[in-house]
Amino acid sequence: MIKRSHWSIPYIIFMVVFVVLPLLLIVMYAFQDGNGHFTFANITRFFTDKDSLSTFALSLEIAIENTLICILLGYPAAWILSNKDYNRSAVTAVLFIMPMWINALMRTLATAELFNVLGITLGKGTLLFGMVYDYIPFMIYPIYNTLSRMDKSYAEAAEDLGATPWKVFWKITVPLSLPGVMSGVLMVFMPTVSTFAISEFLTNNKIKLFGTIIQENINSSMWNYGAALAFIMLLIIGISTLFMNNDEKAAEGGLI
Amino acid sequence: MANDYIIDIQHLSKSFGGVKVLDDINFYIRRGEFITLLGPSGCGKTTLLRQIAGFIAPDEGKILLEGKDISGIPPYERPLNTVFQRYALFPHLDVYDNIAFGLKLQKLPADEIQKRVKRMLKMVSMTDYEDRSVDSLSGGQQQRVAIARALVNYPKVLLLDEPLAALDLKMRKDMQLELKEIHRKMGITFIYVTHDQEEALTLSDTIVVMNEGKIQQIGTPIDIYNEPVNCFVADFIGESNILKGRMIRDRRVAFIKHQFDCVDEGFGEDVPVDVVVRPEDIYFTTDPAKCQFKAKVNSCIFKGVHYEMWVDTDTGYELMIQDYDPYEVGTEVMLYIDPDDIQVMHKERTRNVYDGKMVDESHVEMMGGVFECEPQEGLAEGDEVRAEIRFEDVDLLDHQEDGVVAGEVHFLLYKGNHYHLTILTDEGYHIWVDTNDIWDKGDLVGVNIAPGAIKLSKRND
Repeated sequence: MIKRSHWSIPYIIFMVVFVVLPLLLIVMYAFQDGNGHFTFANITRFFTDKDSLSTFALSLEIAIENTLICILLGYPAAWILSNKDYNRSAVTAVLFIMPMWINALMRTLATAELFNVLGITLGKGTLLFGMVYDYIPFMIYPIYNTLSRMDKSYAEAAEDLGATPWKVFWKITVPLSLPGVMSGVLMVFMPTVSTFAISEFLTNNKIKLFGTIIQENINSSMWNYGAALAFIMLLIIGISTLFMNNDEKAAEGGLI
Repeated sequence: MANDYIIDIQHLSKSFGGVKVLDDINFYIRRGEFITLLGPSGCGKTTLLRQIAGFIAPDEGKILLEGKDISGIPPYERPLNTVFQRYALFPHLDVYDNIAFGLKLQKLPADEIQKRVKRMLKMVSMTDYEDRSVDSLSGGQQQRVAIARALVNYPKVLLLDEPLAALDLKMRKDMQLELKEIHRKMGITFIYVTHDQEEALTLSDTIVVMNEGKIQQIGTPIDIYNEPVNCFVADFIGESNILKGRMIRDRRVAFIKHQFDCVDEGFGEDVPVDVVVRPEDIYFTTDPAKCQFKAKVNSCIFKGVHYEMWVDTDTGYELMIQDYDPYEVGTEVMLYIDPDDIQVMHKERTRNVYDGKMVDESHVEMMGGVFECEPQEGLAEGDEVRAEIRFEDVDLLDHQEDGVVAGEVHFLLYKGNHYHLTILTDEGYHIWVDTNDIWDKGDLVGVNIAPGAIKLSKRND
C-alpha cells in the first residue's frame, strides 16, 4: 500500500530538479574560475568594481522609487476598490488586477511603442513609468485583499470612541492594512531589483540595472561572474524576504 | 419640559430593501437606568441600538438625547460609547492603548489619561494586563477591556450589543453580576441588547420586548414575567402554559374546560381570551377540597433545581408543571392554581380577516390567490368583500405547490391541546391556524381553505 507521505515524491523530484539543482549550480559557478578551480575572485571583483557597485546602487534606488510610487498610487486605489460606498462590484477590482495576467514583456513593448509614437525621449522617467505600470497590480491586489477582509467593526469602534473618518483611516485602517502593504512591497521590490527587460526596452539600454549586467555577463559566456552576481542578488532577496517575514502577518496579505 | 429622560425615541422607523425592520418605535429611557432591548434575532433590536449609536440613520422619527435630536449627528460626535458584540478591540494596540484610544483623541494630558485608564483597569480587575496584546487575552478578559475602553470616556449612555454572547455559561453568569456592579458604581445609563431572556431578567431595571420591528411590551422584569401582555411575550419570557380561555365574568375565567377564580377584571362577560399559567404556579395537592382539576403525569424530567413534568388533564389538555418533588409517570394527581397566578390576556384576534374581491360568484381573490367559496347570493364579480376564516378551518399541506397560496411556519405556540401557528405567506400575509398536526418553525407549507369555511360579506368602507 502506498503511504500518504509518498504522494509528495513527484513534487520533491520537481523541486530538486528545477529549484535546488539550479541554485546549487549558481553557487558552484559563483565560486569557480574559468578552469573550474575554487575562488572568491568573482565575489571580490563585484565589491571592488565601481561600475558594478554603482549599477547595483542605481538598481536599488529605482526599485525603492518604484515601490514608493506603487504604494502612493496603489493604496488609494485599493482603498477605493474595497470601499462599499464607491465600488460594489468585484468586477472593477478584477479589471484593475487584470494587467497581471498579460505578459509583462508584451506590456513593456507596447509602452515603449507608445512613447515612441508620442515622441517622448526614453530615460529614467519612462523607465519608472514602465515599472510602475508593470508592477502596480501586485501592490493593489494584496492591499485590496487586506482592506476588504478587514472587520468593519474596528472602524466603527474607533468612530464610536470619537475618531473622525480621517482619524479612523490613519489610526485604524492604515496600521491594520500594513500586512497587505508589506506583501505588496515584497511583490514589487524584489522583482524590480532584478529586472532587465524593462530597462532594455524603455531606456534603449541607456540605463543599466543589476539584472542587465547579470544578463550581459551570461550572454557573453562569462558564466562565473554572472553566477556570482546572481548569487549576491539571491542573498539580498533572501535576506530581505526573511526580514520582511519577521512580521508574521505579512502572509495575510494574500499573494505570498 | 423638565423630565428625567436621557433618551427619548419618537416614531422611529427603518426599512432595509423594502422590509420594515423597525416600525414606529416609541419609548424613553430614564437617566441611570439599565434598560434591555430583548427579542429574538431579526426583531430589530440591534438596528435600534445602532441607530442610537449613529451607525444607521433612521428613515423616520427622532432620537432625543437630553432633549436634543441627535439623528443627524455622526457617531464620533455623540457622547455615547458602545461595547461591541465581538469586542472589536484594536489588534495593533495593547490593552493600555486600546483603553486610552478615546482619551487620546480628546487630546487629554498624558497624566490624566494614565490616571483614568488605570482606574478603569482596576474597575474591570485587569490591572496587571496593560502591556498585554489583546490577542493574548481570553474572551472574558477581552470583554472587560472592551467595557473599560467604552466607559473610560464617561459616556452619557453606554450601549452594549449582546456583549456576553460569545462567553461560556459560567463566565456569562459572572460577567452579568460584574456588569450590574459596574452599572451601580458608575451610575451611567446602560442600554443592553440581548436575545437571552434570563440575562435580561437578571440585569435590567426595564425590559423592552421587541418582535418583528415592534415593541411588544415595556416593563420591569417582574411585570414582564408575571403579566405578559400577549402570547409572544408569554412564550418568549420563561416557560409558560398558554391556553385558550373564556372570561366568564370579572374574576372568573374558564380554560382547559374548568372554571377558575382569577384577579382580572374589565374584560367583559363571555369574552374569548388567552390565559398564561407559569409551570411553577400549578400546585399539587392531596386535599380533595383544594383540588381544582385532576391529571395524570405523562413525563417527568430532572432539570437540576426542579423537576419538569407534563401532565394530561382529565379534560384532554397537556400542561407543563415545575415542582421540587417528582411524581412518577402514570400517577393520578390533584392540582390547583392560585387566582393570583392566572394571567388573562386579550386575544389579539379571534379569526382571520382578509380583504378580497369576487372573481365570479364562487371564487374570491385574496392574499394573492384565488380561493373557491360557496356560491354567494348578492355578490357579483368585482365586488369588494371581507373574508373571515376561523383558525381551525385553514388546511396546511406538506407541499407548497398543492396550496392556493404558499408560505412558511413563522411562529408557533402550543396551547395545551393544539398548536396555534402563524403562517407568513410568500406574498407577506399572515394566516393564523389552529391545528393538531405537528409542524416546525420554518416548515414550508401550502395553504388551502375549504369553500364552506370562507365567510364573505360585502365591504363598504
